[in-house]
Amino acid sequence: MKPVKATARNDHLLFVVFAVVVLAMPIWLAPLGAGYPDLMQKFAIYGLFAMGFNILFGLTGYLSFGHAAFLGVGSYTAVWSFKLLGMNPLPAIALAVVTTGVFAWVIGYISLRRTGIYFSILTLAFAQMSYNLAYSVLTPITNGETGLRVLNDDPRILDHMVGRGEADGSLVATLFGVEMNGMPGFYFCAAFLIIGMYISIRIFRSPFGLMLRAIKTNQNRLNYTGVSTRPYALTAFVISGMYAGLAGGLLCVTDPLAGAERMQWTASGEVVLMTILGGAGTLVGPIIGAGLIKYSENIFSAFNEQTLHGIFAFLPDGIEGAVVSVAGLFVGEGWHLTLGLLFMIIVIFLPGGLIEGGKRLVDMTGRGPRGGGGGRAGDAAPQAAE
Amino acid sequence: MVEFFTPSRRGVLKGGAALGAGLAAPTIFSSRVWAADYLNKPMGDTVTFGFNVPQTGAYADEGADELRAYELAVKHLNGEGDGGMLNTMKPLALTGNGVLGKKVAFVTGDTQTKSDAARASAKRMIEKDGAIMITGGSSSGVAIAVQSLCQEAGVIFMSGLTHSNDTTGKDKRRNGFRHFFNAYMSGAALAPVLKNAYGTDRKAYHLTADYTWGWSQEESIKNATEALGWETLEAVRTPLGAGDFSQYITPVLNSGADVLILNHYGKDMVNSLTQAVQFGLRDKQVNGKDFTIVVPLYSRLMAQGAGENVKGIFGSTNWHWSLQDEGSKAFVKSFGEEYGFPPSQAAHTCYVQALLYADACERAGTFMPCAVVGALEGHEFDGMGNGPTLYRAADHQCFKKVLVVKGNENPTSQFDILEVVQEVPVEQVTYDPAIFGGDLGECNNGA
Repeated sequence: MKPVKATARNDHLLFVVFAVVVLAMPIWLAPLGAGYPDLMQKFAIYGLFAMGFNILFGLTGYLSFGHAAFLGVGSYTAVWSFKLLGMNPLPAIALAVVTTGVFAWVIGYISLRRTGIYFSILTLAFAQMSYNLAYSVLTPITNGETGLRVLNDDPRILDHMVGRGEADGSLVATLFGVEMNGMPGFYFCAAFLIIGMYISIRIFRSPFGLMLRAIKTNQNRLNYTGVSTRPYALTAFVISGMYAGLAGGLLCVTDPLAGAERMQWTASGEVVLMTILGGAGTLVGPIIGAGLIKYSENIFSAFNEQTLHGIFAFLPDGIEGAVVSVAGLFVGEGWHLTLGLLFMIIVIFLPGGLIEGGKRLVDMTGRGPRGGGGGRAGDAAPQAAE
Repeated sequence: MVEFFTPSRRGVLKGGAALGAGLAAPTIFSSRVWAADYLNKPMGDTVTFGFNVPQTGAYADEGADELRAYELAVKHLNGEGDGGMLNTMKPLALTGNGVLGKKVAFVTGDTQTKSDAARASAKRMIEKDGAIMITGGSSSGVAIAVQSLCQEAGVIFMSGLTHSNDTTGKDKRRNGFRHFFNAYMSGAALAPVLKNAYGTDRKAYHLTADYTWGWSQEESIKNATEALGWETLEAVRTPLGAGDFSQYITPVLNSGADVLILNHYGKDMVNSLTQAVQFGLRDKQVNGKDFTIVVPLYSRLMAQGAGENVKGIFGSTNWHWSLQDEGSKAFVKSFGEEYGFPPSQAAHTCYVQALLYADACERAGTFMPCAVVGALEGHEFDGMGNGPTLYRAADHQCFKKVLVVKGNENPTSQFDILEVVQEVPVEQVTYDPAIFGGDLGECNNGA
């Protein structure tokens, strides 16, 4: 059935390659213009977000349209931990993950009573509710539109205990003296991405993961054979929520500011796009999708006419003007258009996402009809029990 | 379900090794950052400015106009075009061959009127494109977020259109500067005009954009009007970018209020004002008086969007293209020749900020942020459209004349929508910097 057998050996290889690729990001992203800390942090963080979403959507097939709520809850928890406990990122991350887990359990407990579109609508409703609450009645906790920030006169108990209460200058998350912005911030996020990947592999290969795939394939049959599927789905939902909470917490570690716009439905839609773009149900697909979307958001949106004239300068004058004005529609504020086109092409021609595209390329270059795919190949097709 | 919680010994060892490598690696990469004496010191023959403006969202029209103004400013700084305000600015250190002999280049970004996106975009400009100064923004929430980011990173932030008291009040920063006026000044300038037009016995109802600017304008206008003897019945917060305001406007009809104060800006103001007029508020008689609407912060772009509905409505603005001083005329002329229509107040403040920054670098003889801060603090200048102006050292706020405007009853062109009622002298709008609290802190060179 499968292109590459998911042996322990292959998984170890995948994991090691993945870790090396992630840690070497500053080197191989530099020629692409993306090797600067802020964007690489975003790659790692949204990679985690999509990876968690994939555990729910890719394995069980439950399409949640409310994952941004968990990102937001994680962010707010982390900033409150900064405000009350201190600027150490570890308690902030731990609290963010735990709080989001509890929050996800509550929402999952209610939403998972329905499947399919009803489940999606329920989660969307909860996320919109959280978003609107953050804007209106919860403003004392969330600071509304302005966003929650760490201020100099916050308690920060732990900081005061070790005599670092009076910050000179600005407050940034600090882990044992290393400030969590710039490159250290990226490596901090990358470490969590690698740990997250490890857990994700373990889940994919476990009997628990197999049960989740069974839910996706035919939940009714499982129910008829006497298996109660809901605890499994709920566990997947909570784990997925915790990943999102971790991502939200990391966003605040690299930049201690939480805003309600993180919970908007567009953010929930974005993670669905990332997962489908990369390849739902594959191990690395969602991370590639997340990287691609964040790359276009940051790089294409920054192109302006000046840049385009620079790129097309080799063309004769008349043609150059025309090319620039056409290309101008797809960059700058029009980068959504580029993304939309890309998404259409992928959904129509590569339903399995970029991973499927990569696999087809490898097949075409003649390493056997079902041969390679190397460490990258996941398992897009639903599998029968082994 | 059990096996997944018992990973193999080998796996744990590998994971641990990878994690260790990850944590050790930063020391290799972070060391080279500290080489220069300040962040993003321009090494080649160009210097890069970062223009961070909203290209999508409720303030997109303002953002587009800001970008036009910045591109014009870059042209003038590099000695192209007719020079615009470089011909009228006093004192002037710029020579029209770039700044400190370096040609000005720029990068742009979209703030999306969201703090998150604006900070990400500003970070890209600082970390990747090597911008020495970030400027722009059309929302106070964004301006405050980006200002503190620039303070942390160690570059100068020249804010664009931001009207909240907090930007140079409780959230002021040593590396951030504002040319635009603020809500307090709007209140102080508007109050006497409102008193003349509508008397002292009025009942006001506020609709307020729910973020730092809205809160701060609501408070300032409330204070100013209550000092006249007006009563504030209610202040309702509306989400930014709501689109449909009918649910907020209906209650106004039955509240017993006779003045509606719209603390909205951009497309929000266009929508709320249009809907308020459509609901017939302005044709009503309440408490024996004509119902009126006040828009404390006006802009020509918004007035254009709201069309007929703005006629006779009072508000305040930082600058208007119909002003007849030398600086304004020079700017309107070169902007008009470039783009075919007059500039908005957003365009004006951004253009002026870019020039002021460049001039400060020239006077300081370096791009080093702390030296530029020194050159801007307490700087007095003239010929930039608002008469003699002071960049106050205590809070980095510009003090200059404020315009009270009214929707033109008989517009002669599609741009002639606002009529200047009064140029309020600077003494009337000056305040003690201590009233808003906050602390500038130390300047940051980023190295």
